[in-house]
Amino acid sequence: MPGLTIDREVMIEAPVEVVWRTITEPDQITQWFADRVDLVVKPGARGYMGFGEQGGPVVVEVVDPPTRFSFRWNENRGGEPAAGNSMLVEFTLTPDGDERTHLRVVESGHESLDWPDAEKQRYADEHQGGWGEYLDRLAALLGKRQ
Amino acid sequence: MQADDELWSAIADPSRRRVLDLLVGNGEVSASWLAVRVPFSRQAVSKHLVVLERAGLISRRKHGREVLYQVEADRLDQATRAMAELAAQWDRRLDVIKRLAETAHADAKKNQGP
Repeated sequence: MPGLTIDREVMIEAPVEVVWRTITEPDQITQWFADRVDLVVKPGARGYMGFGEQGGPVVVEVVDPPTRFSFRWNENRGGEPAAGNSMLVEFTLTPDGDERTHLRVVESGHESLDWPDAEKQRYADEHQGGWGEYLDRLAALLGKRQ
Repeated sequence: MQADDELWSAIADPSRRRVLDLLVGNGEVSASWLAVRVPFSRQAVSKHLVVLERAGLISRRKHGREVLYQVEADRLDQATRAMAELAAQWDRRLDVIKRLAETAHADAKKNQGP
C-alpha cells in the first residue's frame, strides 16, 4: 500500500512513440530527471541514477512499449529498491489520435506493508480524491478553527 | 524537505485520517471522546494516537485526570507544503518531457519535408 502518492498528467503534441523515447532513453532521462543515468530499459534491470553529488540504485519494473514504463528508486536510502524502501514511478502513455499523447505519472512510496485487506479497500476508495486534496482539506479546516 | 516515512505512513492510514479529521475539526479531545465517534475500538484509537504523536502530527497534555490530544498545525502545514512541492517537481519534469517530445517531433517532420 502506498503511503504517499503523487499523480500528475500532461497532454503532449507528439506521437506516442516519440514520447516513449523521451521517457525511456537514458540520454533523454538526463534532461528531465537525473543528472546521471546508468540504466538498461528492461524489466528487472538494475541501474543507477545520480542527482548532483547524490544518487541511488534503480530497478526497472514494467517495460511495455509504447504505453507503460515504471521503475523504483531510493535516493539516499541505500539497499536494493523494493516495496517498502523506495519510490515507484509509473508512466502511462495514451495516444490521442496520431499526433497527441496523454502522459500520466504516478509516484508512490513510503508504504506500510502491514495493512489488513479491509483497510486496503477503504484506502483505495478514500484515495480517489488524492493526497493533495486530503491535505488541503485538513489545512482549510485548520484555518477555519484558528 | 521534511517528508519522512513516519509522517507519510501516519497520514496514509484511513483510520488515522479519520482520527486526524476529528482532531482538526474539534480541537482538544480525549481518546474516549474519539472512541465513540469512530468505527473501531478504544485500543485501536490509542494505537493510532501513538503513531500520530510519533510522527509529530499531534501532541498531548494532561488536564486533570484526562489526557487531551490536539493537532500540531505546523507539522500538518509542513506535510501539505512538502506534498505540493513534490507535485510541482513532477509538473516541471512533465513540462520538460513535453518540450523535448514536441521539439523532436517538429524536427522529424521538418526533416521529412513536404
